[in-house]
Amino acid sequence: MNPWKLGALVMAGVLVTVPAFAQFDLTGKWASRSGQDAMERGPGPDPVDYLGLPLNDEGRARALSYDYSLMSLPEGQCGYHTPFYIVLGPFGLHMWNEFDPVTGRLVAWKIGAWVDKDIQTIWMDGRPHPSPNAPRTYGGFTTGRWEGDTLITTTTHMKSTTIRRNGAPVSDHATMTMYMVRHGDLLTIRAVMDDPVYFSEPLVRSRVWALDPRGNLNLGNGVASPCEPIAELPRLDIAGLVPHHLPGQNPFVNELTQMYNIPVEAVLGGAETLYPEYRKKLTGYVPPAMCKRYCGCGGLGVPCIEDGSGVPR
Amino acid sequence: MTRRASRSLAAELLGLTAMALTVVWSSGLEAQGRGGQGRAGDGTSATAKAAAPIDLTGYWVSVVTQDWRWRMVTPAKGDYASIPITASAKKVGDGWDPAKDEAAGEPCKSYGAPALMAVPTRLRITWRDENTLQVETDAGTQTRQFHFGNWKPQRGSATWQGDSIAEWERPRPARGVSPKGGSLKVVTTHLRPGYLRKNGVPYSAGVVLTEYWDVSTERNGDQWITITSTVEDARYLREPWVTALNFKNERDGAKWDLTPCLAR
Repeated sequence: MNPWKLGALVMAGVLVTVPAFAQFDLTGKWASRSGQDAMERGPGPDPVDYLGLPLNDEGRARALSYDYSLMSLPEGQCGYHTPFYIVLGPFGLHMWNEFDPVTGRLVAWKIGAWVDKDIQTIWMDGRPHPSPNAPRTYGGFTTGRWEGDTLITTTTHMKSTTIRRNGAPVSDHATMTMYMVRHGDLLTIRAVMDDPVYFSEPLVRSRVWALDPRGNLNLGNGVASPCEPIAELPRLDIAGLVPHHLPGQNPFVNELTQMYNIPVEAVLGGAETLYPEYRKKLTGYVPPAMCKRYCGCGGLGVPCIEDGSGVPR
Repeated sequence: MTRRASRSLAAELLGLTAMALTVVWSSGLEAQGRGGQGRAGDGTSATAKAAAPIDLTGYWVSVVTQDWRWRMVTPAKGDYASIPITASAKKVGDGWDPAKDEAAGEPCKSYGAPALMAVPTRLRITWRDENTLQVETDAGTQTRQFHFGNWKPQRGSATWQGDSIAEWERPRPARGVSPKGGSLKVVTTHLRPGYLRKNGVPYSAGVVLTEYWDVSTERNGDQWITITSTVEDARYLREPWVTALNFKNERDGAKWDLTPCLAR
């Protein structure tokens, strides 16, 4: 073959293998670094705490009907969170990529599982999303594309589940978009959950991780744990019993108001409560005199007050 | 093919491959270029404003979907959730007295740069001059100035908003084409000691704030700024305090509402 032709082929081959526009490497173990949402990521939110959620009336009604015993139903014991849990949960991220063995092109990014979240596959090969009528899964179906140095993903076909660990809902009509951007060894993910059924505007949350070359981080088992439903509560053996609270009968509605002096209208969420001007409706608010639970003093060698008693233990 | 011809072909191929790799490698090197200002198409130095890879100007509003109970209202004294404080910080925080701050004429202690972006507020972002980006907040009526290029801080007392050095970060070009987008990196020092949170969680004069500002556009057309922020303070933080905060673009300043600093 003419050497110039061969050379052109070599050149073309080299250029083809150059990564597509402005990608950065996501592979590795990423340790959670977010100094936000400690209570939500740690002990969990209070039963009726919808602060910061853009719930509409339907979403609020369904949230208030939630009873934690639902998780003890056989069909509730093996439920996973949607990938939105990435920006809600406490865990680190394990990320890797998969290539086509013949062309060498990137096929997908993978985000590893946690004990209660499945592996998320982000398809990068241009395949379409399934039909709107296709079955839903907890993990849904995700595609991705690069825009500059940002990986933008779109997830559809997720099952209806909770957006907060106290039963605040998200429907199976929701679409999730994630924006992943890396600055040095920091990875920031902004996730947007757009749910036309239960939200009056999209829910936006962000979280940050730091690359951890030692890979010694909490991945919540790092695998989607096998699950075998068992009888957990005798009262749930009665066929057809579904734990719930009837409208107007949730016993925890006023709990946050009693503990933190926050008006119940704010506790129940809604888009209006997310914006600075809502603070004008909180003029009567007076903070509690002293923090009595989950005060964040762990790790200092200083006893924490976590049981509401006001006494350090 | 003779052995000599074969060697010659191999050498040519090697040369071509090296040339190809050089082209690719050099585009990568160019890609990693960072700088406060920029380079115009004719090779001359452009101002930061002209070289901006993203447009941050306009009105933006905090959307408080995270830490609502710690941001929209003042949390109880002694509530340090989410902040990796040291024991000495706890000692200071346990002694928080907003009446004392008011009496001392210091109601702005929780509006310093390390705390300001977490305050529920609107931002008005403008170019003060060709190399200075200005960020104003209506909550607390504060002004931050991000200086690009060879700006040198003036000597003087530390301030609530400190001295901020800014630079653009651009995506790496590939195949000779520069992709759109980029980020703003801002490092802020020389800060007057204040509070990371309204309930008196302290930061010291040695604090360093590093921020990355990114812009993204959603499916519905809304534009958002996400600020990835790292606060380092050897005295009051056990480890860097890392957060990410979100602001949504607003069409105009109709809801801009200047309010003074509040100590409680």
